[in-house]
Amino acid sequence: MANSTTAAPSLKARTGSGVALPWRWLGLAPFFLFALLFLILPTMRIVIGAFEAQGGGFTFQNILDLNTDSIRSAYWVSIELSVTTALLGGLIGFGMAWAIVFGNLPKRLRGPLMTFSGVASNFAGVPLAFAFIATFGPAGMIAVWLRTEYGINLRAYGINILSYWGLVATYLFFQIPLMILIITPALDGLKREWREAAEVLGATAWQYWRMVALPILFPALLGTFALLFANAFGAVATAYALTGPQLNIVPIKLFAQIRGDVLGNPNLGYALAFGMIVITGIANGVYIWLRTRSERWLK
Amino acid sequence: MKKFAAWAIFIFGVVYFVLPLIGMTEFSLKMRRGVYSFDAYFKVLADPQFQATFTYSIMLALATILIGVLIVVPTAYWVRLKVPEARPLVEFITLLPLVIPAIVIVFGYIRMYNTSSVLPLTGSAFGTDILLTMGYVTLALPYMYRSVDTGLRTIDVGTLTEAAQSLGAGWVTILGRVILPNVLVAVLSGAFLTFAIVIGEFTMAALLNRPAFGPYMQILGANRAYEPPALAVIAFAITWACMGLIQLVTRFAGHERAKA
Repeated sequence: MANSTTAAPSLKARTGSGVALPWRWLGLAPFFLFALLFLILPTMRIVIGAFEAQGGGFTFQNILDLNTDSIRSAYWVSIELSVTTALLGGLIGFGMAWAIVFGNLPKRLRGPLMTFSGVASNFAGVPLAFAFIATFGPAGMIAVWLRTEYGINLRAYGINILSYWGLVATYLFFQIPLMILIITPALDGLKREWREAAEVLGATAWQYWRMVALPILFPALLGTFALLFANAFGAVATAYALTGPQLNIVPIKLFAQIRGDVLGNPNLGYALAFGMIVITGIANGVYIWLRTRSERWLK
Repeated sequence: MKKFAAWAIFIFGVVYFVLPLIGMTEFSLKMRRGVYSFDAYFKVLADPQFQATFTYSIMLALATILIGVLIVVPTAYWVRLKVPEARPLVEFITLLPLVIPAIVIVFGYIRMYNTSSVLPLTGSAFGTDILLTMGYVTLALPYMYRSVDTGLRTIDVGTLTEAAQSLGAGWVTILGRVILPNVLVAVLSGAFLTFAIVIGEFTMAALLNRPAFGPYMQILGANRAYEPPALAVIAFAITWACMGLIQLVTRFAGHERAKA
């Protein structure tokens, strides 16, 4: 930053300072044109469509029409799924990050864990669903092993990977690593002096975590939770490949709607998509706001 | 006690992560009855559909990386050098693809670029390819921009530019022969991550009806038993290779810098 500000005046002097101001922005034209054409305008098209009547003209009817049993339950299951996987993923991910930073584990475990987290957080979608079906599915490794070795039939216990909890278990495969990747630097940022100061004042380990560390980490934790939530909420491929098109969650409903207008009303599709933007928008807004707050401490 | 808890959590995590990897590998080897074999892999690799979709997705990934670099590097450079006040706006836009789900973006494409629009990109196969590539550039934008911007932070953009200018270099020369080589590690990191994202992407390709690798895997998964886990192993290997290459170029660069 400092470099560019010191260099700027001399360059500006060469090009002539007065007219340079608006022209400088012209260098960003390709970027803004790209963003406009392939990000902003398409999104605007959806937002506008959500408030458009079928014959044209402004209406709230599409948003109101979302209030059917099927769509309400799709949003509800989606939110539930996202909250559950964000909470569990956050909790387990935090546990693993804590173990690797403060748990006195061998130092050489850390590098591989971080690399693996990078891989696993990107190993989402169709192949991930295959991996879980091959392992926990009805003909998968675990089911076959339990059946042949112990005569246990998982089906009889109602355990099925092609279900809500199966989906939760699968989503955790990319949620946990994402949590590890984001929260480990935050744990590293906890200064040893804070712990020592707390100990000198007679605090127990639990008191230190409850009254010092967790309050400092709180914005980072909540912010990461919001990010994990949005991450799960927008995911299509994993759920689609795992359970097929019939699972009633919002992204899959929207997928079916785009393919074949299953709702019988194109503008209702816009409203469905608009609802998704609103929900992920709120989640990410919370994340960005909290991250700027947490960076104040963890620098 | 603390150490015990740490090990317990760590081992629980390792088991959870390793089981599906073992499961998919084991299953993919079981095609021939009674013995382990690579039959499923041979079958997949010999499938003309696999070859066609895989090649298609690789081409798309390369196009995405090329266009992404052409958009991101000059923009990040220009923001640092000339328009620092545009930084919050540009950063906000590059983060938008994390906020707006891919399925919503592609929905917008389908409605905005349909055959009755001003720019009927979805009217032809080539036009749809362009649209899909642009969609992938959008998906990669947050990672690409952050990577390149971090790379630019480590070099003295202003001085390098002035030095190049005083030697008579134009903007293209400055960007291509001065800035790009200096942020090559960051660009490559972003490129490998982009490759990992694009190669198996499902939603956009399926909804734009293009014969990419992601939709191919999904269709195979709905119809076959042993080939899908073999594909999962291949996809995992590709993801792992991309992440490994990122580490490799980063470490290599650190080594070079330490020597210099």
